[in-house]
Amino acid sequence: MADYITVNDTKHPLPDDPRVSLLDFLRQEVGLTGTKKGCDHGQCGACTVIVNGMRINSCLALAVMHDGDTVTTIEGIGTPGAPSALQKAFVEHDGYQCGYCTPGQICAATAMLDEIAHGMPSDASDTLEGEIQISDEEIRERMSGNLCRCGAYANILAAIRDVAKEKAV
Amino acid sequence: MTAHFKQDGPVESNRLDGMKQGVIGKALPRVEGLAKVTGTAPYAAEYQAANMAEGVLVTATITRGTVSSIDTQSVLAMPGVLAVIQDSRMTTRAAQGTAGQAPQQEPQTVSYWGQPIALVVAETFEQARDAAKQLTITYDAEEGAPLDPQAVESEAKEGQTVNQGDLAHAMAEAAHSVDVTIDTEGHASAAMEPHAAIAQWEGDKLTLYASLQMLNYNIAELADALGIEEEDVRLRAPYVGGGFGSKLGISEEAVAAAIAAKQLDRPVRVVMSRQQVFQCIMRRSETHQRLRLACDDDGRLTGFGHDALVSNLPGEAFAEPVLQSSHFLYGGDNRSLSLNVARIHRMTAGSVRAPGEAVGMPALEVAMDQLAEEAGIDPVELRLRNIPERNPEEDLPFSSHKLAECLRQGAEAFGWDSGPRTPRQHKEGEWWIGTGMASAARVHNVSEAKVRVSLIADGTALVRTDMTDIGTGTYTILAQIVGEMLGLPVDKVMVELGDTQNPRGPGSGGSWGAASIGSAAFMACHALRKTLAERVGTSEEELSLKDGIANSGPSLVELLDGKELSELGHYEPGDIADDYTASGFGAFFAQVRVNRFTGEARVDRMLGAFGFGRVLNAKTARSQCLGGITWSIGAALTESLMFDPNDGHLVNCDLAEYHMPVHRDIGEVEVLMVEERDPVASPIQAKGIGELGMCGGAAAIANAIYNACGARLHHFPMTPDRILAALPD
Ligand code: FES
Ligand code: FES
Repeated sequence: MADYITVNDTKHPLPDDPRVSLLDFLRQEVGLTGTKKGCDHGQCGACTVIVNGMRINSCLALAVMHDGDTVTTIEGIGTPGAPSALQKAFVEHDGYQCGYCTPGQICAATAMLDEIAHGMPSDASDTLEGEIQISDEEIRERMSGNLCRCGAYANILAAIRDVAKEKAV
Repeated sequence: MTAHFKQDGPVESNRLDGMKQGVIGKALPRVEGLAKVTGTAPYAAEYQAANMAEGVLVTATITRGTVSSIDTQSVLAMPGVLAVIQDSRMTTRAAQGTAGQAPQQEPQTVSYWGQPIALVVAETFEQARDAAKQLTITYDAEEGAPLDPQAVESEAKEGQTVNQGDLAHAMAEAAHSVDVTIDTEGHASAAMEPHAAIAQWEGDKLTLYASLQMLNYNIAELADALGIEEEDVRLRAPYVGGGFGSKLGISEEAVAAAIAAKQLDRPVRVVMSRQQVFQCIMRRSETHQRLRLACDDDGRLTGFGHDALVSNLPGEAFAEPVLQSSHFLYGGDNRSLSLNVARIHRMTAGSVRAPGEAVGMPALEVAMDQLAEEAGIDPVELRLRNIPERNPEEDLPFSSHKLAECLRQGAEAFGWDSGPRTPRQHKEGEWWIGTGMASAARVHNVSEAKVRVSLIADGTALVRTDMTDIGTGTYTILAQIVGEMLGLPVDKVMVELGDTQNPRGPGSGGSWGAASIGSAAFMACHALRKTLAERVGTSEEELSLKDGIANSGPSLVELLDGKELSELGHYEPGDIADDYTASGFGAFFAQVRVNRFTGEARVDRMLGAFGFGRVLNAKTARSQCLGGITWSIGAALTESLMFDPNDGHLVNCDLAEYHMPVHRDIGEVEVLMVEERDPVASPIQAKGIGELGMCGGAAAIANAIYNACGARLHHFPMTPDRILAALPD
């Protein structure tokens, strides 16, 4: 047992109460409120964080299940002074309105581009093997776990597409 | 000083167009953008307070009756539990938009399943949630509450009935006519941020961080509920995670948090669960509508009938205003319109994005598509032929009217084929492909607004109001209006929103925010310009401000000479609404595919063309339109509240079962903004745009489904089961 979770390079002790979700741990105990709670039931993606390199819905996990894990939240992806390429692209393309789903969208997109790079197929992929071509339909499919009630989908797609292209060259 | 302006007539001066800064209308990124994308913008539940306790609402599991007892002892011994609050001042419904007074209180009286009846407070959220589940409650249930809107005697909504000429006669004599009944299911706003509040008292002074759209009304609603003075309340909501009507009025968690915090003498946070947001905030009423359209050989309407049945709880004044745009969108001398309300015990019905037109327009536009088919006229052409010169019921002129341009420009950009429209002409594999279109209309509103604009000695500007930005772009458009008027780039204009210590704005709702608060800011800036002009020794008209320099001479900093200059802008709508009909107009075009075997419909592409006065920011305005189109797709295909016929409770009360569109539901979307200046709409010539994008869009999809596969449905949403059942052999 490590008894701590590493969040954006800082170690935080596990909570005493085993009922605390990873999401509530991040928001309440660590004090990083960039990760949002939209449903608490794994239905909206607002709570998406990256754990050991993979995106998960942090509301669906208990903090104690992540003993020793490494978590990256939106605060670890970039800051107002040093935003990531995706964060900049979201601002440029107006990939949000109210902003509440946005950290989840950006965390999901960050991990999603890695999934494509690693050849993990989706429902929109032509084949289950080999290299995956980034297409609008790939991005839409892979981002469909992140709801945006403001309806910024078209702009979110444009932002992700821009960054995916930059990465490709 | 106050710069007050009451708009009793058109404002033709178009002052904004004469300015030099060149930021108005530009597609500038949101000024608060970096805060949002980095997760540093704080929403209601995210403020820190020392010693904060956590509250969880407990809701009723009966439809109607009274709470006879709550066994508080059953949970008070649980770890961390601090109190079970059952105060008669707690509210049981959210206030309707612009109510300005407390909604229904006395939580021991239950009038719908899911109504809040108590609040459990504990040291931690986990403790409170557990205790709320364990609480033993006994009820005295009153059986037989009416639940089916079509099974009860309904009442006519006042002021909605129109009878002009003789519609029955017009229908009988018409060259072509349609008489259809169309149903729409209920909708939820489902803003992504759940309702949340943090209440903190200092003596008799309450500060409440909340997720609300209209602080200017909410402050009075909260004070009234608590029985205290408005002066003792401060509301803060600088960031609101979406509203769409659900946060117009003070909601249950806010009042409960305030009561608990006072009783426990420590800050209390209450966040609704997603299920609670669904079940005890607001639903858009289901509707049952009848459309009767009669036209002559040329397709000119001679008769227009629109009757609607909606529902709400007993005692609620709100009735989904289904007919709002039907009153003026198309001509037809013989008119009959009526709106009826059924009193049933489902949760409260209230405003959900574009109340009225969101469901009235899709029904009307499906009927128009059928009329076009009957008459053998292209649907775009049919609409063009029926645009009235003046409001056909009140004989008023329109403030401006861009429907024809939107129809024409939209059709061209979409590549609309005006040839014959027989269904089932295009097939790709197992998919039928088709196109459809519809008009868009949404009434334009404005509301009283105040804002303080200050020029700081360092040559920057500060804008302060309690107005909110719920994703609509308020921060940015205010920076642009003030920047344009005072000759400053937007990064020199600081905007402070969502704090009732600042002057009262109009609140976000009814698409009136930007035009109203923007006009107040415009007035303040106009007054500031006068003072600056005097200092330069010229007139306001001759004063040219750009990049902090006046008339290529002195800088703002020099003119201010170390002292701040400040004006309160105060905009008030005047009698002008009695003289004009003001509305946003537009047109939707959609291409869909329908699966021959599964009945699944997918929107391949959709285009919306909209005319809504001056565009204040081309980026954020377009986003509002995109959002509306996204909602149109949800309303057309998937969104539907489902109620248990036995106890009236909302069954699909979460984001897994209430199907709002996701990324993959949205194909190619294009937005055309048909620019205009509407001098009647507001002194900045802008109209609202937050809702127009979903006022009719669902019909473009429905009509495209018909064109694709021949299934003419009269029931929204058009789910695969309904489409399959309607497919001709
Ligand atoms: S909050 Fe975790 S998926 Fe919605
Ligand atoms: S930006 Fe508001 S929910 Fe996505």
